[in-house]
Amino acid sequence: MNFRELTNTEAMVEALKEEMTRDPSIFIIGEDLVAHGGIFGQFIGLPEAFPGRVIDTPISETCIVGAGLGAALTGMRPFVDLHFADFTTCAMDEIVNQVAKIRYMFGGQAKIPIVIWAPDGAGLSAAAHHSQSLEAWFIHTPGLKVVSPCFPYDVKGLIKTSIRSDDPIIFFMHKKIFSRKGPVPEEEYVIPLGKADIKHPGTDVTIITYSIMVLHALEVAKEMEKEGIRVEVLDLRTLWPMDWEKIAESVTKTHRVIIAHEACLTCGFGAEISARIQEELFDELDAPIFRVGAYRVPIPFSPPLERFVIPGKESLKKTLYNLFGKEIDSK
Amino acid sequence: MTELIDQTLYLKMYEQMLTIRSFEEKAIELFEHNLIRGNIHPCIGQEAVSVGVCSVLRKEDYMLNTHRGHGNCIAKGADLKRMMAELLGRSTGYCKGKGGSMHIADFEGGNLGANGIVGGGLPIAVGAGISIQNRGTDQVVACFFGDGAVNQGTFHESLNLAAIWKLPVIFICENNQYALSTPIREAISISKISDRALAYGIPGVTLDGNDVRAVYTQMKGAVERARSGKGPTLLDCLTYRFYGHFTGDPGRGMTYRSKEEMEEWWGRCPIKRFRESLFREGILSEGKEKEIQIRVKTSIEEAVRFALESPFPDPEEAIQDLFY
Amino acid sequence: MPEVTFVESLRMTLREEMQRDPSLMLIGEDIGRYGGIFGVTKGLLEEFGPYRVRSTPISESAIIGSALGAAMTGIRTVAEIMYIDFTPCAMDQIVNQVAKMRYMSGGKVKIPLVIRTQEGGGRGNAAQHSQSLEALFFHIPGLKMVVPSTPYDARGLLKSAIRDDNPVIFIEHKLLYATKGSIPDGEYLIPFGQADVKREGKDVTILSFSYMVLKALKAAQHLAGEGIEAEVIDLRTLVPLDLETILRSVRKTNRVLIVHEGCRRGGIGAEIACCIQEEAFDYLDAPIERIGALNVPIPYSEPLENAVIPKEEDIIRGVKKLLYQT
Repeated sequence: MNFRELTNTEAMVEALKEEMTRDPSIFIIGEDLVAHGGIFGQFIGLPEAFPGRVIDTPISETCIVGAGLGAALTGMRPFVDLHFADFTTCAMDEIVNQVAKIRYMFGGQAKIPIVIWAPDGAGLSAAAHHSQSLEAWFIHTPGLKVVSPCFPYDVKGLIKTSIRSDDPIIFFMHKKIFSRKGPVPEEEYVIPLGKADIKHPGTDVTIITYSIMVLHALEVAKEMEKEGIRVEVLDLRTLWPMDWEKIAESVTKTHRVIIAHEACLTCGFGAEISARIQEELFDELDAPIFRVGAYRVPIPFSPPLERFVIPGKESLKKTLYNLFGKEIDSK
Repeated sequence: MTELIDQTLYLKMYEQMLTIRSFEEKAIELFEHNLIRGNIHPCIGQEAVSVGVCSVLRKEDYMLNTHRGHGNCIAKGADLKRMMAELLGRSTGYCKGKGGSMHIADFEGGNLGANGIVGGGLPIAVGAGISIQNRGTDQVVACFFGDGAVNQGTFHESLNLAAIWKLPVIFICENNQYALSTPIREAISISKISDRALAYGIPGVTLDGNDVRAVYTQMKGAVERARSGKGPTLLDCLTYRFYGHFTGDPGRGMTYRSKEEMEEWWGRCPIKRFRESLFREGILSEGKEKEIQIRVKTSIEEAVRFALESPFPDPEEAIQDLFY
Repeated sequence: MPEVTFVESLRMTLREEMQRDPSLMLIGEDIGRYGGIFGVTKGLLEEFGPYRVRSTPISESAIIGSALGAAMTGIRTVAEIMYIDFTPCAMDQIVNQVAKMRYMSGGKVKIPLVIRTQEGGGRGNAAQHSQSLEALFFHIPGLKMVVPSTPYDARGLLKSAIRDDNPVIFIEHKLLYATKGSIPDGEYLIPFGQADVKREGKDVTILSFSYMVLKALKAAQHLAGEGIEAEVIDLRTLVPLDLETILRSVRKTNRVLIVHEGCRRGGIGAEIACCIQEEAFDYLDAPIERIGALNVPIPYSEPLENAVIPKEEDIIRGVKKLLYQT
């Protein structure tokens, strides 16, 4: 395969372009897509390439998602853009009571090939209404699949798969890493849903994580190597359905687990993963499972406050030290 | 020729209205015998809106429906047996027992489902309208909602979007004057719901929703507009529900409505009025009426028998139909 | 001690608090003349007038938003959302406004707001009228959450909720409304963060809340007949959570079962299991057992609904699994 370096944004645009070329029923709908190319440039070039298939709307999240649902029920494949994951709250009834339930409530009569896409995450001083990570809600709600990749290779492959899926998908991408580069093949490929990826093999502890925390985990893994601790970083990529097989394989190998996400710790996805590992792999564990997540407050604006609240490399490292009973380097 | 078509159409409409009422009365009876769980929201009194609207629609036109939607389902061509089976929670129901009264869908018949969330169907109707516009067909979308929905955000967002893109959606308010116990006059500060159409630059009309011919005429005009690319219309159909909001409504809705008001609306019963006019015009005779009544009675009895004889779903089916 | 229904307990509490605090306002759909869909506010409009018992059109977003505005500007408010399934219609207001306003303003504003709602299935109300959504609110910082299971607890906790200067989500259960219980004469408050051991036992700890507590107690009674003594703890408040009482019990029984009506995946049980596992790993003789609804919407038909919502038999089976695990 021929690889070239693309940013997450470019990987996304490429995926959308290829899919929209392949399937004329795909359209994109959301706010500020045409003139602006999307709030993070993730649709640049597409309005010109596909006239009439990138639709700008007024600020109407409820109706944008609801309309996407209606279009999906009647033969189209909408890609619905929400500016920020925080705005899923404005369309929560649509997502939780309609998109997630219609197929089941109607006894399987409908298929709902909709992708609802939103940037999430903190670290840019965007404050409480523009920095949340809410994936736990949509994992808890039956009837939705949830995806959250962070490498351009994964972004492209999973956008393609998500669009081709006949089930509703909530697709998150961390807003801080849109411009992060990574190798992407020129050839066509897709990544199936429900498949995690070992981004760094190890034998002493597994960090189960996703989105931006993968990058922090990789940095930590590199540093811990020098201290003789071999960290395995497992990037979930698809949050639901979860790749339980891969998780079990890794836990059975390392016997120590840290689960890390940027979302609030309380009742975050880490809780479910931890509870399940504890239920099914109880005897494999040599230590309690540690979770890393945001403090239980809204995301504050001021940079030092925000850095304190959201987990990063340092909190991961501190947790690792706790796990191995090591002294923390006080610098 | 037109007259013959009209006569045939009117007789069909009359039979449908009788079918809806009989179906609802039977459903109430079954509920009282604990054969239907949860609650049902009978549409008795609102038959003219259902039939007047759906008689204009083709099978491939879409419909979005509400929790008070049995009448609309029947008028759109639903199979009574499968509807009754769904109400009784049987596996032969439209939704295999998963949805129940408030969630009957019949995708093959263009019925995109009934919503239990007030105002939930409006954005979906907009989406179906986009679908039609992009495909370039001349289908339309009939979106039913109650007077309670006009104060939901979804109403405003949806009318606006349909208006700016000239989508082929007809927004039909089944204005029975009450949102559960809240009278319409306490919920809006304007005199007619159709006044809100002005805010979105679309035609709106308030009409006598208990006159099935008036509903049919207005709907016909709205559908022609929509099919010819001229965009959405708001129809505010004034009607009344003779039953309570739902089968759990104490006093069948008389704790918040007066006897005088109820009597006045009974005087305007859509079935009674249509019947009288059909007799006057010589379209209906006692003989024909008898035939219709027998057919309706038989079809309801068949539906109940089918439902009672149908199996309940296997508990393991509970985890099916989540994903495609 | 008089016996009252859950509904009567709520109603008398609201009346007393409205008499005590002349600013206290109620807002919600059909709460005036109709008295609320379950009768909780019956008679209150007549007693306190239309400014203090405000019946609204169907506008969940505006109900919560206006309740927030009133609470922020001096009017203690109890807002009602008829079914918890409708809270998504007001999710932005609840999650982005009510929950965050105080923090975002640097602690400047106090928000004496109670959002009352009810949840749960078992009546054939189908997917959009039967959900248990407490896990969604549990995940969002800034909201306290109360889940009483008896008229006694409902009364004491509602008083505390109303007098709290923070936003509280007060979740009732539709199957609890007709249940009866005794309440003492005279005033009492139940502080938040105090779970209640509803039944003592030494063999296993069952943690639960809301209507599930009743099922857990029935299961415990059945198990006692087989010589198994289950301790049933009613959590009463989810935020704040009484971890101390939970851990005390875990250290005694060494076996834990958590049961709730919300979906199992990512439910409250997952978080509580983690907390127990993190604080009392060495006390556990078996993995923590979690029981929640199957991960599907609530279906309508009776056999399907019964298959989805946890039953007494599921709790009994779960306890036995815990005990016979090596």
